[in-house]
Amino acid sequence: MSDSKKNNGNTRTIRVGALARVEGEGALHLVMNGDQVEKVHLEIYEPPRFYEAFLRGRDFREVPDITARICGICPVAYQMGSCHSLEKAMGVFDDLTPEIHGLRDLLYCGEWIESHVLHMFMLHLPDFLGYESAISMAEDHGDTVKQALRIKKFGNTLMDTVAGRSVHPVNVCVGGFYKAPDPQAMKSLLPELEVCLDLMCKLTLFLAENITYPDLVRDYEFVCLNPDEGYPMNLGGLISNKGLNVSQEEFGKAIEEIHVEHSTALQSIIKGRGEYLVGPLARLNLKSEGLHPRAKELLPKVCKLIGQDLPWCNNFLSLPARGIEVVHALAISADIIRNYQLPKISRVPITPRAGWGAHGTEAPRGVCWHEYETEADGSIKSAHIVPPTSQNQITIESDLRELARLLVDVTDEEAALRCEHLIRNYDPCISCSVHFLKFSRDWQGGRSKSLARIAGGA
Amino acid sequence: MSGITIPVQTDKPKLAVYKFSSCDGCQLTLLNLEDHILDIAGAVEISFFLEARRRVLPPPYDIGLIEGSISTPEEEERVHQVRRDCKYLIAIGACATSGGIQSLRNWANVKEYADLVYPSPEYLKTLETSTPVAAHVFVDFELRGCPINGDQLLEVISALLAGRKPNIPSYSVCMECKRKGLPCVLVSKGEPCLGPITQAGCDALCPGCSRACYGCFGPMGQPNINALGGKLTGELKQSNRDMKRMLRTFNGYLEPFKQASDYYERLEKE
Repeated sequence: MSDSKKNNGNTRTIRVGALARVEGEGALHLVMNGDQVEKVHLEIYEPPRFYEAFLRGRDFREVPDITARICGICPVAYQMGSCHSLEKAMGVFDDLTPEIHGLRDLLYCGEWIESHVLHMFMLHLPDFLGYESAISMAEDHGDTVKQALRIKKFGNTLMDTVAGRSVHPVNVCVGGFYKAPDPQAMKSLLPELEVCLDLMCKLTLFLAENITYPDLVRDYEFVCLNPDEGYPMNLGGLISNKGLNVSQEEFGKAIEEIHVEHSTALQSIIKGRGEYLVGPLARLNLKSEGLHPRAKELLPKVCKLIGQDLPWCNNFLSLPARGIEVVHALAISADIIRNYQLPKISRVPITPRAGWGAHGTEAPRGVCWHEYETEADGSIKSAHIVPPTSQNQITIESDLRELARLLVDVTDEEAALRCEHLIRNYDPCISCSVHFLKFSRDWQGGRSKSLARIAGGA
Repeated sequence: MSGITIPVQTDKPKLAVYKFSSCDGCQLTLLNLEDHILDIAGAVEISFFLEARRRVLPPPYDIGLIEGSISTPEEEERVHQVRRDCKYLIAIGACATSGGIQSLRNWANVKEYADLVYPSPEYLKTLETSTPVAAHVFVDFELRGCPINGDQLLEVISALLAGRKPNIPSYSVCMECKRKGLPCVLVSKGEPCLGPITQAGCDALCPGCSRACYGCFGPMGQPNINALGGKLTGELKQSNRDMKRMLRTFNGYLEPFKQASDYYERLEKE
């Protein structure tokens, strides 16, 4: 799906009509001058849906049901951001019980499992192994695809059990859950969970051992949640490897959102510094000590097979990083379920009040941060949501700038494939910002004859 | 290009899956049919499905599934090509069948919305309204839900392959609730439940979680909104504003939810 045409003189434009296997719509425009990259624009033209505008005036209790619809792949991330922020606005955040926090982690684990496995095996792995889709890949790697589907299905079943359904769960409310899940239904998940945990350990080692990861090392600023104990998910302030250390409430002031013409998603930078990266690589590099023992014992084996110790500064390694995170999510799910008893209360009571609250959680693709102001009757006065993909967008463009330099001598079709592969490292959720990439490359002053090549690649 | 290795069996019906303004949740419901997805891929030729595969086969397609509402000038154009390319066109999900949650703009000023959300609203290309697919082109079937139910989607695809009418009931959530033996959240808990006017299909998920139905499958066939509204605004003390809000969610722009919400808005303003 590409066409290439020579424009007047030396400028050349190439268009590829589709970025497949991502969730949302986008386009990539490169301007080259010899082997220099003049301009990289990752265009995001996912239609604006104006959530922050129409949330105004809604009742606070409706918010988690509404924000879930921002993204069908990671609805829990939006529900958790909304719930925690609004609990702060209503002054009940500190009343949340350990059981409510535990059930929230468990539901979120279900989303990490289903979203990560979908992305890893259905969307991303075909790039590394040279297939156009998991459907084609299944012809040669049937067992791998079937095992992955089994684990993904378990993630969905876990979400069904805790919250009714996996796409737009219905059991989540501001204050906790409408109903505590049935302990017997929870325990019945354990046998399949154990099987999936073993399978996922094997699949992660398979990915570490059998894939050549393209080499694109960059000096990233990694940003993730910083819980007192455990691995980033629902709680904690925010930290980075370059000195960011702020509370949830301060995060909104630490970043700046920019609107550029080529994107309907606002882009974020850290004030006074610039681009940053959120997602699995950030979490693993900054907080690997918080991993569940099952994942922790797997990590050195994975590092050895890849030939690279932490920190991983190459986002192509987000694939095995997601594998380790799925192992972690399965293992802590097992712990939470084993210890689960019907809690005395499934949610804390709330009396509406005027207030303000801000909180971000770790969506599978990175920090998803919300803030709300409420009126005395509990209706929403203002809403502000910072999704993960818009935070990563400038970093994706910088990666592409680096990669484009190395793709001078490959055909436009191949260059588009490599660029798409790189973009998929970020598991971009184009519904919440960016799905569908059009690729174009302009040459100013003619194509260079340089022989630069990127190492590896599918 | 890598991966174009599978032989194309032209005798299999060709399936296309399209996305317009949406959250991807209905496409994901198709991918979430883990036990069936490889069978589906065996029974039909998945010819156009950007979220799942890079390979694109040329139209025409036998079955087109379309997710999302029409909310940009580009989408308004593209949906006509989609109609020309597909023998049967099925709108899936609340966005495609009602305009979705983003149709709340239809009661507001889009420019004000854009000014609220974006520092440079002039960069946006958007329509004043978000509308269902059927407002633009003929659709052969509409499958409701936010998101759709996977089993209902399988039923629609199977029915089309078998050349029969899909068996998708248009009765209310109450039927499912009673079949499951759930206590009525409206009667026994006094919760403002939209189950009596909402089409079945979710298997009474919300009452199963002890909460009121919020209408994500849209209006049932011939709902008596007036009778339910009387009970909710009377005995259950819901305000006209509450009624308007409840009706204007994921299917708010779909009649008769739309008409009823406009009615409660008029009462609210009186």
